[in-house]
Amino acid sequence: MPDRITIALAKGRILKETLPLLARAGIEPLDDLDTSRKLIFDTNHPQIQLVLIRSADVPTYVQYGAADMGIAGKDVLLEHGGEGLYEWLDLKIAPCKLMTAGFADRPLPPGRLRVATKYTGITRRYFLEQGRQVELIKLYGSMELAPIVGLSDLIVDLVDTGNTLKANGLTPLEFIMDISSRLIVNRASLKVKNRAVKQVIQRIESAIEPSSAGDAA
Amino acid sequence: MILTHNRWLLPDGVQELLPPDAAEVEARRAQLLALYDRWGYDLVMPAMMEFRDSLLTGTARALEEKTFTLVDQSSGRLLAVRSDMTPQVARIDAHLLAADRPVSRLCYCGHLLHAKADGLDPNRSPLQIGAELFGHAGIEADIEIVSLMIETLQAIPLRRIALDLGHVGIFRGLFIASGLDARFEDLLFDMLQRKSIPELKTFLAGLDLDDRQRQQFCQLALLNGGLEVIAEARQVLSDAPAACHAALDQIATVAEAIGARYPQVQIHCDLSELRGYDYHTGLVFAAFLPGQGREVARGGRYDAVGEVFGNARPATGFSTDLLALHALAAEPATPRTGILAPAGKDAQLGRLIDELRASGERVVIDLSDGALPPRQQGCHKAIVKNGDRWVVNEV
Repeated sequence: MPDRITIALAKGRILKETLPLLARAGIEPLDDLDTSRKLIFDTNHPQIQLVLIRSADVPTYVQYGAADMGIAGKDVLLEHGGEGLYEWLDLKIAPCKLMTAGFADRPLPPGRLRVATKYTGITRRYFLEQGRQVELIKLYGSMELAPIVGLSDLIVDLVDTGNTLKANGLTPLEFIMDISSRLIVNRASLKVKNRAVKQVIQRIESAIEPSSAGDAA
Repeated sequence: MILTHNRWLLPDGVQELLPPDAAEVEARRAQLLALYDRWGYDLVMPAMMEFRDSLLTGTARALEEKTFTLVDQSSGRLLAVRSDMTPQVARIDAHLLAADRPVSRLCYCGHLLHAKADGLDPNRSPLQIGAELFGHAGIEADIEIVSLMIETLQAIPLRRIALDLGHVGIFRGLFIASGLDARFEDLLFDMLQRKSIPELKTFLAGLDLDDRQRQQFCQLALLNGGLEVIAEARQVLSDAPAACHAALDQIATVAEAIGARYPQVQIHCDLSELRGYDYHTGLVFAAFLPGQGREVARGGRYDAVGEVFGNARPATGFSTDLLALHALAAEPATPRTGILAPAGKDAQLGRLIDELRASGERVVIDLSDGALPPRQQGCHKAIVKNGDRWVVNEV
């Protein structure tokens, strides 16, 4: 019997671009992921199944081997730490930039800056490398609100089109890094189910479109 | 505020064993130490704590932040509670035993304490068990240690074992030959460990290397799979330094020997598996099981560790967490049952109880005066009076 492979997919932003990629790789769910309330989906390959979870949970599922592989943003991986994971492929989907943002016309206050972000780990490292100590404020969403109501001086967030920032009077300021989605693989799955895992990696690799990185931003 | 109703709580990552698991773990411990004894390994019992600098010498840097540190009130020096017994055993061998034993085989079993749980293993107090072979640099020692690790897992019993083989000499050989500055070694190592091929490609493109070298570093991340990987690696690394080829030969020799001896074990090679790179010097290996996200046992060669204790000598060994193995055991622990005996001063009854105990039976004295049935007292048999004789009956 061939080894069963479970792939963890992130709900939301990345999923819209993940499904066409998987379709090009010849892996298609039997149900519609957008409308179904299921969390586990069979595919046209009896040995491949998909699980649909929050993006921040994808590395956890793969690390513990609950899923053999997963598709997660580099932002989530950096924030989570990569122990026990292989970050095999850059899928070149859902590209965006991690940036600081704030009011372009207001000078930053002297002293310790207050920075609101979902990415406290990356943010701390970024400012540390610059020799700046900041006060971090952990938020789970709607970061743009924080400078407006005076909760923080800056935010660190993903910037895709920049429209949400602009609508709230904010401007992207410093570029931190480019973010795209990665195919991650559990360390033990590669050893125990090498052939099956590598077959899926090859299928997905052959479906990556090199040009898609440029035109989505 | 102290919550009195939380007094039962244990610290994060600390566990205690209850019946029947405690007895079962103890039985497995004895069974494994007996196995090591039959293979010629002598038991050592290192101390629970030592001076911090001797405990953390020559080991993985990662161990430092996992180690509990305390101040010795009598000497003012820093002490550390052991977070890994391997360096202790290496010190014992190098300092106390090496002079009398050209080859020294040592085994050990004991609790560790970790200040921080590592990401995937929440248990901060594993019961480490393992064996180390000192004084022989040849491949026979590596084969013996890998075999003993497999025997350990099979004794539990665990099935569908996958053995992963690697060798730090391949990456090290390529890196030395590349002439790159030493500060790049950690970065390259980190990317290879994560098999982050996109990052690796970008990083290599910025280094002063020729195309052939770039390709070799990159291929290292992809050289994993069954034994066919070794032949593939010989091609990819055809012009690599001799040290790389010697390392490949060693992997092939071990794979062949283990494959012949344990045909049921699935063998996997991974040439970028470099766990413990800062102290390993040769063959490294780990055992994986289906459905387990990480290895269940691991080990490798570390020929340089004894040097800091005054005696560099070849060394290889493996270790595992007995509590983790117990939890994975294919057969669950069965509670031990006994024979219930009435309380009383009857001499004949006393003799029967002594005889039964001497023959290995568990005899439980009924303190309830017959009020509790034998099953509730963990007994499947009972001593009853039949006429004027005491007999054992099923209940």
